[in-house]
Amino acid sequence: MFKFGSFLMTPMAKYLMLAFALVFPLLAKNEYQVYVMASAFVWAIAVYGLNIITGFCGQLNLAHGGFFAIGAYTLGLLSSDYGWSFWPAFVAALVMTAGLGFLVGVVSLRLKEHYFAIFTLCVGFIIYLLMDKWEELTHGPIGVRDIAAPYGFGLVDFTNTVPFYYLVLAFLVFAIWFMGRLSRSLLGRTFIAIRNGDELAESLGINLMRNKILAFVLSTTYAGLAGALYAGMVRFIGPEEANINHTFDMITYLLVGGIGTITGPLLGTVGIVWITQSLQFLEEYRMIIFGPLLVLLVIFFPRGITGSFLGWMHHKRQQPQATAKRQASKATAATEVESNA
Amino acid sequence: MLKIEHLTKMFGGLAAVNDVSVVFEANKINAIIGPNGAGKSTFFNLVSGLHQPTSGRILLDGVDVTQMRCDKVAQLGVGRTFQTTNLFEQATVLDNLIVGHRLRTRSGLWDVLINSRRLQAEEKASRDKAREALDFVGLSHVENQYIADITQEERKRVAFALALATDPKLVLLDEPAAGVNPEETDGLAELMKKMVANGLTVCLIEHKMDMIMGMADKIMVLDHGEKIAEGTPAEIKSNPVVIEAYLGSDEDAAA
Repeated sequence: MFKFGSFLMTPMAKYLMLAFALVFPLLAKNEYQVYVMASAFVWAIAVYGLNIITGFCGQLNLAHGGFFAIGAYTLGLLSSDYGWSFWPAFVAALVMTAGLGFLVGVVSLRLKEHYFAIFTLCVGFIIYLLMDKWEELTHGPIGVRDIAAPYGFGLVDFTNTVPFYYLVLAFLVFAIWFMGRLSRSLLGRTFIAIRNGDELAESLGINLMRNKILAFVLSTTYAGLAGALYAGMVRFIGPEEANINHTFDMITYLLVGGIGTITGPLLGTVGIVWITQSLQFLEEYRMIIFGPLLVLLVIFFPRGITGSFLGWMHHKRQQPQATAKRQASKATAATEVESNA
Repeated sequence: MLKIEHLTKMFGGLAAVNDVSVVFEANKINAIIGPNGAGKSTFFNLVSGLHQPTSGRILLDGVDVTQMRCDKVAQLGVGRTFQTTNLFEQATVLDNLIVGHRLRTRSGLWDVLINSRRLQAEEKASRDKAREALDFVGLSHVENQYIADITQEERKRVAFALALATDPKLVLLDEPAAGVNPEETDGLAELMKKMVANGLTVCLIEHKMDMIMGMADKIMVLDHGEKIAEGTPAEIKSNPVVIEAYLGSDEDAAA
């Protein structure tokens, strides 16, 4: 068990995971499974975004689903109503979510902790309302149809599920790669310092506002990227994409996988999406199984799958040292007793 | 080093700090004592820029920092610790300290994306600085332990190291010896003396009188936000106002 644990810490484990993702379409029983996996990857990208602002920077952003929807709508509307082709509209979706993220961030990040969470909850709802009611722009509840699929420059046809799966996988790999690099960098450490406490971070000379806005914009851009891919995949979207439930789903994925970790968002999202799929026959009643499972997980593994695993590995490694230290302190305690006597 | 002129901070109608003027000299241990609620921590928050004063001036080496934001004050060389330091429990001691040098670095998002040479150099510098600070406080041996696994006294030292990693000139220590045993308190006092010996100016808030009287060069006494006395430990001990307002029946214990 110990050796297996150590193996999971090596780069080899990462490559094996990637290899599995690469051959998955060959292993899948049908195209539907590939489709489910691709959608899980899309959500995972958005969850990585949430991980930046909430997991690393410690600000619970409840408008995340809203930004996902903005990404989807930007691509959808530009391609269906304005005749843009996929890739320019895709870039526009990223720019739009980054820009709106900046504007919302400048206002909302003046608030702290639960005030920030409540404010962003409202922002998320306003985004939903705009999509539902601003019919001239968004078509309201009818939604957006005929969204362009990504074109493959004559090489591949992304309207097929399998090529699209690989496209999403490529973006996911990039998203994780950047997340990993960010988390190890001074910038990632800056975000973590802010999570540990505003006052401490400030007294370490960290410009709170600038760094929080940067984290927020990064996270909304991730959400926009995921939303745009989602629109390109399902090619029909409605205001329900901005439903607050999506945000809470993403928070669940993040908590189960391990908040503030690199592999957590992926494990949490893919894991839960597949569990949900396999419980589909229970329909709405699947929450009866799912709810208690989640409660147990949060009680016993508050740091999620990855966080708990990393903690366990760390203590495995430190054990020999810790035992030595304990013996040493016992020895000093003994001498103290002697000298007192 | 630090010159405070008529500093006042009002919270609503209450003066948490009221017209305090004092000069703390460089390379000395300066202590602030006073009963609970006397405005000591507020005084620190004003100096470090976390709160903006209602009136008065704060001069650091002649530079007016009164209206400056906290992170700017830190860049000018004011490091501080808090009564409780929230660190990342599930990360190693060293990992927690590396960010301490962030204010002396400039790498941004683009550097992260392309893994620029500047970023690599700055990360190495920050890591070296963290190790140096850890070595200074005598904790090199716990470098790879999780914060969750170290003792209360080691946490205090890590908080010191974090402040030191910012390359400060002046360190503000808020109750550095609270919650540690007498033996460990002596060790922390030694550490503060070592800081001064290395060219730093120390300013601390503390309730442990033995420690203060034994090491401070200058003591300022606050009560209800007002400065009621300042001077050497000997002067403070014999000051009737201080005895009346603060030490009271605890005089024997303090002496």
